Amino acid sequence: MAKAKIEVPELKEYSVMPVLQPGVMKGVGPYVSAAEFQEPLGFPGELVDNWEEKAVDKLGDLLNRYRGLRVFLDSCVRCGACTDKCHYLLGTSDPKNMPVARQDLLRQVYRRYYTLPGKFFGKMGWEWGKKLIGAREMDKEVLDDWYNYFHQCSQCRRCSVFCPYGIDTAEISMAARNIMDTVGKGQKYCNQIIGKVFKIGNNLGLPEPALLDTLEGLEEDIEDETGVKVELPLDRKDVDILLITPSADFFAEPHVDGLMGYAKVFHEAGVSWTISSYASEGANFGMFIGSYENMREISLRIRKAAIDLNVKRIVFGECGHAWRVAYSFLNTLAGPFDFLDPNYPVPQHICEFTYNLLQEDKLKFDKSRNDDMVLTFHDSCNVARATRMGDMPGGQFMIPREVIKAACNHYYDMEDETIHDQTFCCGGGGGLLTDDLMDIRVKGALPRMQSLKNVVEDHQVTHLAAICAICKSQFTKVLPYYGFKMDQIVSVHQLVSNALILTGQDED
Amino acid sequence: MWFLTGFFALFFYLAVIIFVAGVGFKIYQYIRTPAPLKIPTMPAPLTRTGVGVRLFSEVVLFKSLFRANKWIWLFGWIFHFALLLVLLRHLRYFIDPVWWWVALIQPFGKYAAFAMILGLVGLLVRRITVERIRYISNPSDYLMLALLLIIGISGAMMTFVAHTDIMQFKAFVRGMMTFSWQPIPTDPALLLHLAAVFLLMIVFPYSKLLHAPGIFFSPSRNQVDNPREKRHLAPWAAEMEKAERSSDS
Repeated sequence: MAKAKIEVPELKEYSVMPVLQPGVMKGVGPYVSAAEFQEPLGFPGELVDNWEEKAVDKLGDLLNRYRGLRVFLDSCVRCGACTDKCHYLLGTSDPKNMPVARQDLLRQVYRRYYTLPGKFFGKMGWEWGKKLIGAREMDKEVLDDWYNYFHQCSQCRRCSVFCPYGIDTAEISMAARNIMDTVGKGQKYCNQIIGKVFKIGNNLGLPEPALLDTLEGLEEDIEDETGVKVELPLDRKDVDILLITPSADFFAEPHVDGLMGYAKVFHEAGVSWTISSYASEGANFGMFIGSYENMREISLRIRKAAIDLNVKRIVFGECGHAWRVAYSFLNTLAGPFDFLDPNYPVPQHICEFTYNLLQEDKLKFDKSRNDDMVLTFHDSCNVARATRMGDMPGGQFMIPREVIKAACNHYYDMEDETIHDQTFCCGGGGGLLTDDLMDIRVKGALPRMQSLKNVVEDHQVTHLAAICAICKSQFTKVLPYYGFKMDQIVSVHQLVSNALILTGQDED
Repeated sequence: MWFLTGFFALFFYLAVIIFVAGVGFKIYQYIRTPAPLKIPTMPAPLTRTGVGVRLFSEVVLFKSLFRANKWIWLFGWIFHFALLLVLLRHLRYFIDPVWWWVALIQPFGKYAAFAMILGLVGLLVRRITVERIRYISNPSDYLMLALLLIIGISGAMMTFVAHTDIMQFKAFVRGMMTFSWQPIPTDPALLLHLAAVFLLMIVFPYSKLLHAPGIFFSPSRNQVDNPREKRHLAPWAAEMEKAERSSDS
């Protein structure tokens, strides 16, 4: 249905800067959050009366709490370095999807209310002065543009890689969303999901019995396939590892195949582990809405689960922004983790865990079991540009690739300018993975689809592996728009699962 | 003449005060505002020394800009380093006797004016002709370039076309510094040059020129990648935790 409305951009040989089409993506943005989803998060149910003033005040509050925001709003010289770097700009041609233009939506308000000339020209009512310095009053038109265009940003940080000052549009879009939530104009998708985590424990709202049922089903699947009993325990106390994974891993394809991979790896490693029904979610949408408080609330559930279940280590499953919150923020938000085993980093990524076993030669693979696939790897934006794996910079690029190569015979990288820290977002990150944003999601996938097409043609690549739940869901939906098949996206630990020979497994 | 001398001397004092106080305040503000979360753009250095190297490569080599766009990098880099050379050359008007290395760079500093103008013209041409950069440009972006061009061209005029009385000018500058005013040479190129420089100093703390101190405070470039090893906590976040703990008990 939605498919008919979306104009899918044409795949070219390489990314080209399109001719700008101002206003082409102007719109009302995603569904606005209703009061029932706003209030549990501490936000007003609808747009408050004096929202202009409240929004400006909230901006002031954030400026005093986030140095990055202040420096980023001050420092942009409009050099143009970022202007052709955003996948949404490349896919839509709307100039307001240029990172600097997106930032300027907020910067204009900052310059009006928080710089001396802005205050002066504002007080005098001199429009020419405001125009001169790029200042704007906070009004309905600005709010509408914010709501629309800050929900066309997946907070992937690609622009910040190229900015000479490291200005990070993600920080600015998080601040803008935080301000909008504070005045009562939140996004339904993110806020409803955060509410589910608070109430039930995960984004999908899967209660404990459903989880238990799913995990038992997976145990049976593995036993049918391998003849080996591999456990997927829930809420088991006094074990080595608490696994925190995105809830999509419990039922979506190809996510669930990845989860079976983690279980097999844990099994072969001989460690005891568990999933927690209380903290059955790796994702943390508090980050997308720029709310430290909500992000912290979700993170504290993981701390509580680790204490209650008396585990020694925390390992995260395949999820991009979850790994960002885990790697970069968890210690800040919910630390210190001095009650865990100090011999292991807190937290660890499942790829680090598997990679370490590879180093110790503890896993036996039959790579030929993946010979029906030729693979490439999609660096998920949050993993690539906001986290690390292992003990050296860039481990986040090397380790997942080494894991794939250990399990597969045929692997090729996409072009250098589209991988590692220059990777293109899948198009569905940052709280955009909702059907009401399908148009921008399809268009935003263009640059990634382009480089995929190139390796498909040059190396006969058949599958794209990823370590992010959002990427996997997004590609499943979006690949068909570009002439690929939805099942051409696979989990990295799905490949591990395919090739891993369990001790005692029947090998036919 | 005395009117001009007085005017420019006061203009100079005003510009210096606004520049120093304004930029000083911004730096104070940057130092005082915490970065509550670890957000370096990865891969990031694992040590403070590594961060020093990263900042050096950004400030001196414009590394990220180089990766982004070779033309902007070329013009931007030429402009900034020509400007640095020109500024260092100008020290001779403020110090007496002139340091040996300032004397040494005089010839280079003189010709750097051309490089500076070239860089600025390149940036201006791009701003006008490249559609996406034209779209994002504010009037102030053009004015800033125009101001710098006026400074560069009027300065080069004095060096290469119509010389001003350098000895008298130096006496004027030294006079301002010691509060014993000497008459200013009244060549129009010099007066234009000075007025433009003072104006630039005045707008500095309220404009995008803040990118100069800003880059050193940018958390995406100046943070160490060690969040798992070392707990990073902003004072306001620590207070939030403390308040919670005391309400729990």
